[in-house]
Amino acid sequence: MSFLEVTAFLWDGFLISLLIFAVTLLCGAPLGLPIAFCSMSRFKPVKAVSKVIVWIVRGVPLMLQIFIIYYVPGLLFETPIFSQMDRFFFVNYGIADAGRIVAVLIAFTLNYACYFSEIYRGGIESISKGQYEAGYVLGLTKSQIFRKIILKQVIQRIVPPMSNEIITLIKDTALANCIIVCEIIKQAKELAATKAMIWPLFYTGVFYLVFVGLLTVVLGRLEKKLSYFRS
Amino acid sequence: MALLEAKNITKSFGKTEVLKGISFSLNKGEVLSIIGSSGSGKTTLLRCLNFLELPDEGSITVGGKVLYDGSDATTLSDEAIRQNRLHFGLVFQNFNLFPQYTVLENVTLAPTLLKRGTPQEIEQTALRLLEQVGLSDKLGSYPHQLSGGQQQRVAIARALALRPEVLCFDEPTSALDPELTGEVLRVIRGLKDKDTTMIVVTHEMEFARCVADRVIYMADGVIEEMGTPEQVFGQPQSEKTKAFLRGAQDLF
Ligand SMILES: Nc1ncnc2c1ncn2[C@@H]1O[C@H](COP(=O)(O)OP(=O)(O)O)[C@@H](O)[C@H]1O
Ligand SMILES: [Mg+2]
Repeated sequence: MSFLEVTAFLWDGFLISLLIFAVTLLCGAPLGLPIAFCSMSRFKPVKAVSKVIVWIVRGVPLMLQIFIIYYVPGLLFETPIFSQMDRFFFVNYGIADAGRIVAVLIAFTLNYACYFSEIYRGGIESISKGQYEAGYVLGLTKSQIFRKIILKQVIQRIVPPMSNEIITLIKDTALANCIIVCEIIKQAKELAATKAMIWPLFYTGVFYLVFVGLLTVVLGRLEKKLSYFRS
Repeated sequence: MALLEAKNITKSFGKTEVLKGISFSLNKGEVLSIIGSSGSGKTTLLRCLNFLELPDEGSITVGGKVLYDGSDATTLSDEAIRQNRLHFGLVFQNFNLFPQYTVLENVTLAPTLLKRGTPQEIEQTALRLLEQVGLSDKLGSYPHQLSGGQQQRVAIARALALRPEVLCFDEPTSALDPELTGEVLRVIRGLKDKDTTMIVVTHEMEFARCVADRVIYMADGVIEEMGTPEQVFGQPQSEKTKAFLRGAQDLF
């Protein structure tokens, strides 16, 4: 296989990595918000449940969570929905690992939503009481205060920790190969197994590096853009 | 009839009784100064007036309308509390400007959200107020680019933009470097000439003496002495007041 062919083969895998990355970010980031609000709820049961969920999700390896999501429906309810989905998509559309990708997406989204929620919570709780009170004495409603005063300050504060998580996320997508999802490293292992080529495995690092470089630039710009005020 | 009437306000935090029955009234256009050592409950009183805290007992009446009555068992809704707050304004010790907004936006934000006129009217009012506090040249600046004195003057303009009936100040110059207190006190004094009804908690005795129509000396959650500046500063009746005033003088 030529260098270009290998690159194209790995790129197919990296598209799956990017898919996991994008879906996790687009679904996990919004989902983190209600979890954060539950963790801050004054209603004790809600707070307790949400804290326990966050504790479990952050306390267990993501790889294990992928296994759990993938296998538990089959073991517990005797409906292995993800392998059924695999078969359905393979028979009808010729796509091999659709069901497993869905399982990975669910595991990643839940996992990252919990991490994001803790960042949101930290950001929200770091805003001084005085900002809320200044809004209250001006006769603003709670929701106006949150949307017009607090939110942007929170965003400014969470961009650096979110950037870290986002950069970790693209590298975490490699974990998907634990249930044989054809992300980039799985593709490289495939080459090692079938073509006895080991160098593509190391070559995958370049894909990650370039993407992380791009992310760093974009997120750095965002951080700079938000630095016009100091809170 | 008095514009503001506070009757027998009490407030405890857990077991500590912070306000032990505060009563006073204030006429329209009057300036009331509250003095007293730290921990005597001055901030808590202003916070009660602005409904940041709810008094345990007592009542607050503005312009004949009872805003709060501790003996009334029905709890106020969030909306009722919000409406009540609009009668008062509060300028904080540490300004609490909104950092992501410019000076002008800080002043126009609340009137805009509360739909207090067209955008043009709101901006015009804001420009006039910012001129009044001497900040016409800082409209586009962000709070972190201003000195403490300038920030506090923006906070004053921001509070005035909603035309509160009673404007409260909680030690407006305590967080400022000494050379910056003058500019803020001058602005407050200027408001008196415009007939703004104000309650000013302050450690600036000279200011209280010259600007206030009435002075309250608070100690341990009660009004220890109340009267004209001449009475309170000139012929204090209570021993506590005398000791406090001597202490304040000893500073110089
Ligand atoms: N939210 C609160 N919880 C508990 N204690 C409080 C609270 N706010 C004020 N206090 C107590 O009430 C007393 C009076 O405080 P404050 O009104 O701030 O006095 P001042 O403004 O005159 O210095 C202090 O002893 C303070 O510790
Ligand atoms: Mg105080």
